[in-house]
Amino acid sequence: MTTYALRRIVQAVPILCILSVLLFFMVRAAPGGPLAAAERNPNVTKEQIELLKVQLGLNQPLPIQYAKWMGKLLQGDLGDSIKFRRPVWEMIVERIPNTLLLVGVSFLVMLLIALPVGILSARKPYSTFDSLATTLTFVGQSVPVYWLGLGLILLFYVTIKNPLSGLPLFPAGGMRTLGAPPSLGDLAWHLVLPVVALSAGWSAWYSRFLRSSMLDVLHEDYIRSARAKGLRAGLVFYKHALSNAILPLITMAALDLPSLFAGALFVETIFAWPGMGRLFWDAARGRDYPVLLGVVMLDAVIIVTANIIADFLYGLLDPRVKYD
Amino acid sequence: MTDTPGNLLLELGQPARATEALARVILRRFLKHRLAVLALLALAVVVLFAAGASWSSYAPTQQEPANPFRAPSGTHWLGTDELGRDIFTRILYGGRVSLAVGLFSTLLTITLGVLIGALSGYYGGWLDNLLMRITDAFLTFPTIFVLILLGAALRDQPVQWLKNSVLTVIVIIAALSWMWPARLIRGLFLVLRERDFIAATRALGGNNARIIFLHILPNCIGPILVAGTLQMASAIITESGLSFLGFGVQPPTPTWGSILSTAQTHVFRAPWLAIYPGVMIFITVMAINYIGDGLRDAFDPYVIHAGK
Repeated sequence: MTTYALRRIVQAVPILCILSVLLFFMVRAAPGGPLAAAERNPNVTKEQIELLKVQLGLNQPLPIQYAKWMGKLLQGDLGDSIKFRRPVWEMIVERIPNTLLLVGVSFLVMLLIALPVGILSARKPYSTFDSLATTLTFVGQSVPVYWLGLGLILLFYVTIKNPLSGLPLFPAGGMRTLGAPPSLGDLAWHLVLPVVALSAGWSAWYSRFLRSSMLDVLHEDYIRSARAKGLRAGLVFYKHALSNAILPLITMAALDLPSLFAGALFVETIFAWPGMGRLFWDAARGRDYPVLLGVVMLDAVIIVTANIIADFLYGLLDPRVKYD
Repeated sequence: MTDTPGNLLLELGQPARATEALARVILRRFLKHRLAVLALLALAVVVLFAAGASWSSYAPTQQEPANPFRAPSGTHWLGTDELGRDIFTRILYGGRVSLAVGLFSTLLTITLGVLIGALSGYYGGWLDNLLMRITDAFLTFPTIFVLILLGAALRDQPVQWLKNSVLTVIVIIAALSWMWPARLIRGLFLVLRERDFIAATRALGGNNARIIFLHILPNCIGPILVAGTLQMASAIITESGLSFLGFGVQPPTPTWGSILSTAQTHVFRAPWLAIYPGVMIFITVMAINYIGDGLRDAFDPYVIHAGK
């Protein structure tokens, strides 16, 4: 088990190295690169640009720049934002809790929808409920999250008003009402639309996954054995089948983390939610490369870590899995 | 008929006629999936509309400065945008771009996936190890973030053909999607290469390339088609999303995503801008997903349609 853990962690290193090299050279190969904005500014002279290049170390050969960047990265230093002249790390740390809140609440909502829907669909496959659920999951999987977000704003901010106050039913964006004292209720009110947008497609995907996982398990021999020795169908279904069918969900969720971050990026962009995705989008529009590299690297580290954790969790929960 | 083993095998296998019969069975099973057939028709309508875009009486970039934000009417069926451009026309032309990106990035993705998966699964050993580690690395990429980074970097390219043209968007989407098909194909190759008919082919003197492309690959056609349709749905969503964020195909070329992007800015003034391009993405993606479902059922020998 320990050797396996060590091997997994050692294997993660080259993966992150490949990613960092690719990203770094890609960004630096972009013309103008970090100084594109300064070069377009007519008030900045050629001498000043040269000076900036020396200051930022951009006149050195690329491999040396990479080594320096990597060296700093390993010490937790992601460099400074070109636009805001602040440490990238500080900017990211400010945003992480907001993204975690959005993603965490959406994850819970997803579980609350996907678990019962998936289980009930598998309990009576091809029933009316199952057909309805299947149709809805196809709809949920096919709705682009950015369109759903716009639609929600259109419906609950523009069209439907609160009958008591005449104000919009839900806010169109942001995390809190400007000028109002910060309160939990206000935060929850701002969370509703982003969470609905983010969890919809996801719930569809997972209820479908759970359904097929359940149906696979129900065909196993040990289920037939359990029924043959006289256990009630309900007990076999919920105890024997469900506990095994839910396991692949863990691996699935970890492998799916990139698409989860992607969803959060769109939702944060549309609803002006001050999380990492919004930070990334703003940085991409302003060509703030240190911020871009920082966020991507952090996301990659989170994804790699989550995959390793999921592997172990799987082994912990399923005694049939052996590590070698 | 001579009695050489080669002829005997040919006679037993009847490759040409067997394939034909199988194709007929698959087609019949697909046609039984009513929703998939309906989806195929819906997709055909979308494709026809996109193909016939030039029949529209407007050009996609034709501006009418006097007519911005017109609501849908008889002259502008789906209204106009902030520059007075006809939305219906732009959606038709945008369909060309979105469908082309979806189709060609899928073809590229599947080609890459098949090559890498086949090499990995067939040869095994160090090559398999190397290719699968690279695949693992790509799988941990936060895809949309890397796509945005690439899109942002490409946008500043001085070389015209490198800018965010339809071609570069196709290539960057494929470059970040080949991993799932590669894994799938590798798995199929691992199983199929151990089968007796492969040993027989080898005994008859078939070389590796022949075995890979003529004997193993045709047996993977079902899973490849299913994976391809799902990939196409996801590629269309990715392209639209990337264009929506401003890092996909650049204006003035319309795509469904970039029309939605304008809509975001003007959603309060002109809600119809936000509705129709999204409807097109939704219908197309849903149709492709249903077609994928129909193909999966058609190729799966264990699926029995319950009275449908």
